[in-house]
Amino acid sequence: MAEVVTLNNSSAKASTATKPVAGPRGKKPRPMLSPRNIMIYGALLFAAAYYLLPLYVMVVTSLKGMPEIRLGNIFSPPVEITFEPWVKAWATACTGLNCDGLSRGFWNSVRITIPSTVISIAIASVNGYALANWRFKGADLFFTILIVGAFIPYQVMIYPIVIVLREMGLYGSLTGLIIVHTIFGMPILTLLFRNYFTSLPEELFKAARVDGAGFWTIYFKIMLPMSLPIFVVAMILQVTGIWNDFLFGVVFTRPEYYPMTVQLNNIVNSVQGVKEYNVNMAATILTGAVPLIVYFVSGRLFVRGIAAGAVKG
Amino acid sequence: MNTNSVSVRDLSLSFGAVTVLETLNLDVKDGEFLVLLGSSGCGKSTLLNCIAGLLDVSDGQIFIKDKNVTWEEPKDRGIGMVFQSYALYPQMTVEGNLSFGLKVAKLSQAEIDKRVARAAEILQIQPLLKRKPSELSGGQRQRVAIGRALVRDVDVFLFDEPLSNLDAKLRSELRVEIKRLHQSLKNTMIYVTHDQIEALTLADRIAVMKSGVIQQLADPMTIYNFPENLFVAGFIGSPSMNFFRGEIKDRGGRKVVEINGVDFAMDAYPARGPLEAGRKVVLGVRPEHVKVDEPGAEIHDAVVDIEEPMGADNLLWLKLAGQTISVRIAGARRYAPGTAVKLSFDMSMASVFDAATENRI
Amino acid sequence: MTGQANAGRPNQLLRNLNAKIASIPMILTAVVIFLGGTVWTVVYSFTNSKLLPRLSFVGLDQYERLWAAPRWLVSIQNLAIYGVFSLIFSLVIGFLLAALMDQKIRFENTFRTIFLYPFALSFIVTGLVWQWVLNPEFGVQSVVRSLGWSSFTFDPLYNSNIVIYGILIAALWQGTGLVMCLMLAGLRGIDEDIWKAARVDGIPMWKTYLFIIIPMMRAVFITTLVIIASGIVKVYDLVVAQTSGGPGISSEVPAKYVYDYMFQAQNLGQGFAASTMMLITVAIIIVPWAYLEFGGRKRG
Repeated sequence: MAEVVTLNNSSAKASTATKPVAGPRGKKPRPMLSPRNIMIYGALLFAAAYYLLPLYVMVVTSLKGMPEIRLGNIFSPPVEITFEPWVKAWATACTGLNCDGLSRGFWNSVRITIPSTVISIAIASVNGYALANWRFKGADLFFTILIVGAFIPYQVMIYPIVIVLREMGLYGSLTGLIIVHTIFGMPILTLLFRNYFTSLPEELFKAARVDGAGFWTIYFKIMLPMSLPIFVVAMILQVTGIWNDFLFGVVFTRPEYYPMTVQLNNIVNSVQGVKEYNVNMAATILTGAVPLIVYFVSGRLFVRGIAAGAVKG
Repeated sequence: MNTNSVSVRDLSLSFGAVTVLETLNLDVKDGEFLVLLGSSGCGKSTLLNCIAGLLDVSDGQIFIKDKNVTWEEPKDRGIGMVFQSYALYPQMTVEGNLSFGLKVAKLSQAEIDKRVARAAEILQIQPLLKRKPSELSGGQRQRVAIGRALVRDVDVFLFDEPLSNLDAKLRSELRVEIKRLHQSLKNTMIYVTHDQIEALTLADRIAVMKSGVIQQLADPMTIYNFPENLFVAGFIGSPSMNFFRGEIKDRGGRKVVEINGVDFAMDAYPARGPLEAGRKVVLGVRPEHVKVDEPGAEIHDAVVDIEEPMGADNLLWLKLAGQTISVRIAGARRYAPGTAVKLSFDMSMASVFDAATENRI
Repeated sequence: MTGQANAGRPNQLLRNLNAKIASIPMILTAVVIFLGGTVWTVVYSFTNSKLLPRLSFVGLDQYERLWAAPRWLVSIQNLAIYGVFSLIFSLVIGFLLAALMDQKIRFENTFRTIFLYPFALSFIVTGLVWQWVLNPEFGVQSVVRSLGWSSFTFDPLYNSNIVIYGILIAALWQGTGLVMCLMLAGLRGIDEDIWKAARVDGIPMWKTYLFIIIPMMRAVFITTLVIIASGIVKVYDLVVAQTSGGPGISSEVPAKYVYDYMFQAQNLGQGFAASTMMLITVAIIIVPWAYLEFGGRKRG
């Protein structure tokens, strides 16, 4: 039979330990201004200043008149605030012979970005869903080519695309550019959606199949309602990416369809006339405004979007 | 008239070079509760997915209710399925989950309402109908998942480890409920699990699987008491059956198993055929069939190593010639570690396997 | 139970038909554009196509001409300098910022927002802003001079020798936020217990980072490296906006060379040869990585 050992001794010892003893006691003091904290916050604030400086310079420059710019330095705040550069940048700045400002480029960019975003996400999401849940023979091969293709410099592929679009009669048109954005958005978006749909429990898909739902019913009734966040991520990715594009805009469209970035570059870097730095900066802010607004509004989802963009195979 | 509800004929499945199932045959009787039991990777879930039509087979045929459904879509097979992760559609209410399949099948609203109401009543989930799955507990979710199979009004229910995600208490509660459901509905049920308690308590028959092959298909008591081979014997039962290597000897007409020089008479053993002397065998004895300190004991030098009192039972771990033996005795009988004990085996309940083929003899 | 007549095995082509239809855009893009387009460009880089692509092969002529062109050599040299420095600096700065952000600081979200916002801006906007900040007449140089240091010179965009560093400053401003984010995600992915163990063992923080944390973040570093590297090869808009390749040809880059020869100089053959060289550069970066990353995983 097992022997029973009494443990009374130890409990008696425990009660004596409550007697106060000299030495450190209670909360450890942690001063806010420790050398460690000064270093950390000092470094962070310095870095923050470096990152914020150009934005600040842009804003103050755009609010000054040209005489003030020629006299003062670029960091000094405007003495006399004027919005005239903004008006001029938007409505009357010249590129070549056109003098209707950035507004044309803005509306072109809107007309490019919205359909490109919608179409590329629609195609890539269905495609990612097919790859994740309805694997068919050869699918992985095409997908691999697609992902490897994402690393090929665009310069290698643009001329063949020019030829294809020219044959289709779409070279220079907005439709052509929308197709190009859909093509080059496809690798990253397909990867994004495929990984997302793969991460959803497979049994959900099986349950829906037992329930008799087919390809499109499962997509629209089961997958889509569960995937709102990833669609928002994809949207952020595409809106900022397409809005910021320059190369495709300049290669695949005629001047009257130039997106905002191309027009901005033409306004600022035009060799004719006197340089109007305040107008240039106003135009630059206007062009950066859309992605910046998307960035500030979306916050954490933007981070998630770029992390997803960081190809996780 | 055939009484088989589900029949699997020469089913094979391989992914590339990996063969998961090989020419597997299985007949499930009408109204039977069949459990597919095995450790992970044995192919039990794969077999169930093949029956459901969620996986394409490489070769062979599947019949449900005498209809060849080998190439049918899951929805056309007359099956309902319950998954381990419940697989409830998160954006739909409980009612939406139950009625989704019926809506896809374009049933009338009156019929849908009727079936949902009936399933809700059987499973007692009426108060939950308007809630979302995220607002339910694990047990409630699994009940809804069973309800989703129920509304389909089908002959065959497939369960894929339905209780594995639940905690121990809920698991035993739902286990009873599934059994009750089967008793009242009398549907055919095929149930995949790795939990032998679930298998033993629920099944009419158990199919023990290993590496894509059914090792034994029999009722739970047969599986437990008369395992067909060494694998089944070792897999079922906790703690495991004790195994001893030995040799069959003839002692003046009486057959014995000699283990480490000690003879165990085979008179009481229900042998399947003649026991040839000289055959190398493995003797298997369950912990509860080892008798401690009873008259006529063959073993005298076993020593208690560890004692695990469990209330009703008392589990002893003994050391004997370098081997560990587990023994189950009544909870009231206590032994301190180091005590020497005498052992004998209940040979009528023992199992003897051929050492080479590992099959029961 | 005998095998009664079956409704015939469904046609293999029609199986998963909807999935195949849904994949048509992907298949076309992968095969026609990515594969076909690349092969097409490589093939035509061996021709003497001028205004229009023509299939008259001239062997390696275009490549010989390319490597004899001063503008191409400057482009390659710029890309090398820009590439090496932008890799080193963005990794170092990105990691340092991430390590600072990982010290359980207050206002983490504010700092992150500040470090990352340039990444939302286009290269055109980035280039134009820095063109203005680095403007010698009004920008940093003039401000420092007006403070009394009248001989101070900092005019990278107007000095052929250092113009590429001016572009580098803008590129780092735009891209380090992303690196910081990736690194921070990597740091957050490391088990808290590692830090606890190092603290109990009395290992100083910088040593923990250097010898324990960074080796554990190998995968993150490699992924980041590949992302930065494939971005470097594509650098184009930034140069166009900031310097247009000037002064002279001193800030030219390969991507711009390709564009100019294809769409302005109407010398397609040169453009194709130059773009094929870009492809080879990327392959040199990607292939070993893909081999390590995916080839290794299969065996492991």
